[in-house]
Amino acid sequence: MTLKIIKHGLSTSIQDLGRPGYFHLGIPMSGAMDRFALRTANMLVGNDEGAACLEAVFLGPEIEFEQDTCIAVTGGEMPIKIDGIVQETWSSFKVKKGQILSFGFLLKGARIYIAFAGGIDTPLDLGSRSTYPIGALGGINGRAIIAGDTIPLGDQSRAKSGLSIPPELRRLPNKPADLRVLPGLYWHRITEQTQDQFFMDDWKVAPEADRMGVRFKGGTEFNFVDREPPFGAGSDPSNIVDGCYSYGSIQVPAGKEPIILHRDAVSGGGYFTIGAVISADMDYIGQLQPHTPVKFIKVNMEQALEARKERQDMLTKIRTVLDE
Amino acid sequence: MTILSPLPGTFYSRPSPDEPAFKKAGDTVEIDDTIGLIEVMKTFIEVKSEVAGTFKAYVVENSSPVDPGAILAELE
Repeated sequence: MTLKIIKHGLSTSIQDLGRPGYFHLGIPMSGAMDRFALRTANMLVGNDEGAACLEAVFLGPEIEFEQDTCIAVTGGEMPIKIDGIVQETWSSFKVKKGQILSFGFLLKGARIYIAFAGGIDTPLDLGSRSTYPIGALGGINGRAIIAGDTIPLGDQSRAKSGLSIPPELRRLPNKPADLRVLPGLYWHRITEQTQDQFFMDDWKVAPEADRMGVRFKGGTEFNFVDREPPFGAGSDPSNIVDGCYSYGSIQVPAGKEPIILHRDAVSGGGYFTIGAVISADMDYIGQLQPHTPVKFIKVNMEQALEARKERQDMLTKIRTVLDE
Repeated sequence: MTILSPLPGTFYSRPSPDEPAFKKAGDTVEIDDTIGLIEVMKTFIEVKSEVAGTFKAYVVENSSPVDPGAILAELE
């Protein structure tokens, strides 16, 4: 039971829900940049929600099926074609041995998730199949997929097809996108005026955004509160004595361009972090195209937990709809 | 005939800032000829023509943002 990769697109990698538990050792969690989309793609074909899928950014791959199977594509909006004929997104359908999966131009979002019945069955590294190329973990021998690869699939006995996610439960960011931020550990390092300005400015996603971090441009340069640099921190006001970073934390080197750390980010370093994007909005970041306008919205812990519950409720609703 | 952008990012009509554009009006364009670069995710990706013809003009200016499917250049 295998897939043959004819074209790999721009960067297509095997991802599941990641490998949490090693961040303190400097090994990032990795896993899908849009975990909501990965979970739903898996549900549509009858897999466990955390089964390994293909994540393709901006450009779809071209794949030949070497066996009959079922597939579903969720996430960003990109026309799906089987032997050139357009298929429904956010829906599962059967494909036959010898058929070719290809994609049209990306219409909305940034990343698609292709789930295959049985899931991708490559070896686990530290409990996950997610690709982390810098550490040579997961994926195909620690790397993203390339043309000519053959990818094994798991047991097909629970395969489902003909299921669809109702349009109101397909989750993608708006344009301009709102990202909710909880101010954090080093919030006191910037002036009150900068604290307000950060949420008033119109930011834009920089083209260098990747799985490690997403950079934003176009806002006002930060003003810092004066300090005597502590021993071990640099003289730049955005430096700290090395500390831990969290998933979603926002560092602003030299006070210029905020960077939100994502699934493949480093776990610590010497830049101050002003806070973190709330967990409910991290999937949205995975769907931002370069140059997308973004507003940061200030929230408190209560609002962050409420948003997390809303996102979980959406997943519960999808599970219920698909089980009916 | 047109050449479309396969990717979102920043379009460059030249291989480097101090070199001339990949194509100028009247140049022959063969299938797979590089007509520009798209910068995205810290990488420069060559934009290759999927059609053959005579180059007419760039539609997008050097160093400007583009969406997937945007018309980059026209051929005759």
